[in-house]
Amino acid sequence: MIAYALRRLASLVVVMALVGICVFMLLHLAPGDPAAIIAGDNASPAQIAAIRKNLGLDDTIFVQFWRWATAVLSGDFGVSIFSNAPVGMLIMQRLEPTVSLTLATLLFAVPSALLLGVLSAWMVGTTIDRMAMAVSVLGFAAPTFVVGYVMIYVFAITLKWLPVQGYAPFANGIGDWARHLVLPALTLGLAYVALIARITRATMLDVLSEDYIRTAKAKGVETRSVLMKHALRNAGVPVVTVIGIGIALLIGGVVVTETVFNIPGIGRLVVDAISKRDYPIIQGVILVFSAVYVIINLLVDLSYTLIDPRIRY
Amino acid sequence: MTEVPVLEAGEELAATPRRLVRPWRFIRRNPSLVAGGVILAIFAILALAAPWLPGDPLTMKPSNRLLPPGGAFPLGTDSLGRDVMARVIHGARVSLFVGFSVAIMSVAAGLAIGLVAGAVRPTDTPLMRLMDALMAIPAILLAIALISLTQASVTTVIIAITIPEIPRVVRLVRSVVLSVREQPYIEAAIAGGARMPKIILRHILPSTIPALIVQATYICASAILVEATLSFLGAGAPPEIPSWGNMIASSRLYLARAPWTIFCPGLALALVVLAVNLLGDGLRDRLDPRLARRM
Repeated sequence: MIAYALRRLASLVVVMALVGICVFMLLHLAPGDPAAIIAGDNASPAQIAAIRKNLGLDDTIFVQFWRWATAVLSGDFGVSIFSNAPVGMLIMQRLEPTVSLTLATLLFAVPSALLLGVLSAWMVGTTIDRMAMAVSVLGFAAPTFVVGYVMIYVFAITLKWLPVQGYAPFANGIGDWARHLVLPALTLGLAYVALIARITRATMLDVLSEDYIRTAKAKGVETRSVLMKHALRNAGVPVVTVIGIGIALLIGGVVVTETVFNIPGIGRLVVDAISKRDYPIIQGVILVFSAVYVIINLLVDLSYTLIDPRIRY
Repeated sequence: MTEVPVLEAGEELAATPRRLVRPWRFIRRNPSLVAGGVILAIFAILALAAPWLPGDPLTMKPSNRLLPPGGAFPLGTDSLGRDVMARVIHGARVSLFVGFSVAIMSVAAGLAIGLVAGAVRPTDTPLMRLMDALMAIPAILLAIALISLTQASVTTVIIAITIPEIPRVVRLVRSVVLSVREQPYIEAAIAGGARMPKIILRHILPSTIPALIVQATYICASAILVEATLSFLGAGAPPEIPSWGNMIASSRLYLARAPWTIFCPGLALALVVLAVNLLGDGLRDRLDPRLARRM
């Protein structure tokens, strides 16, 4: 087990190195000149050339990559073109809202998706099953930002139950913090719930036709216990895998949700950087989010042994 | 399955002319394929016919600001007095064009890479690790980065959405190739002296096509969503081209006063994505029964 974890950790380092190379290469091969962007529209060719020299853009791509990679490894993601502040610091400042939003989403989305999936597998073919699956098909089709505006229109503007937008820091009181997170978390979680519920239903349908489920029912085990203990536990590995892969949905969704609800998190940092063409920020956030995604999926892989003791590494 | 004899099929069927029975049966057996196809066809026709339809998506008329739906403007007007209906119809052009282009380009690139990775053993590990890395990069952020470095144009948007979709196709093609490679008829082809390129193109490639068609529809749906998201975030099609994403972005402040300016393009977007997904589900059930059972 420990040997396996170490081996996976090594492959994580390889994948992250490749992520770094991909991001660096794609952004450097893209037909745009960062120096011209920094210099602005009215810059003379001489000014642009000076900035190029300053940034080291005249060196070969290998030299540039080496300089960039060693800086990133020592925690230096570069400085914002616009404010000159270190990108790492800017990301840290925006961490709390994004972490709050993601945790709130996971907290509501995973249990409700599991419940939805288990229920529709148990009642397969019934109206409840059809409705649950219809919701999940809609959850895939509805764009996050449209869902967000529908939520705001119905629950904040028309019914006035919840705040329209914004973020209340945790330090200012848990009630206000939670009230501001309800609509964003529902918005961000919808596609994630749809994804997990579908896989849970499909896996549960396979498991429920196994002999040991029939045995458990025959010996008089309660339905709830059959579903949650005997069946869901055995459906665990594919479901947990999708919970991990689905993090990608959440990462893209955070950017959109924070924009719709005006939450000052890492997603907004990126969106604000778009119009200023502040590409060091965008590059830094991509690396951080990719690392989060890769690490979560490593943890998911390692959790297989906890869910299913038959799996040994 | 054999044809059901007309005699056993009951009165209703016997009373209907035979050539009408077939389409009805097709619709009943493939509801999602037909529903998705019909909705998509309506949007495609509107998109193609947009330049000849009444209504101008670009003319601004301040005196017509934020008119509610009805009268001369069936879906109302936006904050600059532009016709929302005409803009929704013209927005379909961008969405569908991007969706189809990304689907075709990512399938073509993914097919080429996947065939090589699956058939030429030494290339497998490096190519797949590279694809793992590409998949770990959040697609929307990568697209934002590529677009913010280059000029905003529909072509840039298409390329930026295509790159993160390629690994999914590569993995699919590779898995099909790996399972086909062990089949006796491939051994027979090798024994018969066929060369590698010929084996790949004549004997392996055809088995990947059903799964690829299904995958292409899902990629198309996801590309339409990503394009709208990018436009919404200000990293998509340039603002002078009406697209559903930038329509919603430019109406953000008017949600309470003029909800139609946001919900009309939003509904069109959700409908098209739903239609393409339904089409994909229907095609999957018909073309790829093995996958259909798993879902």
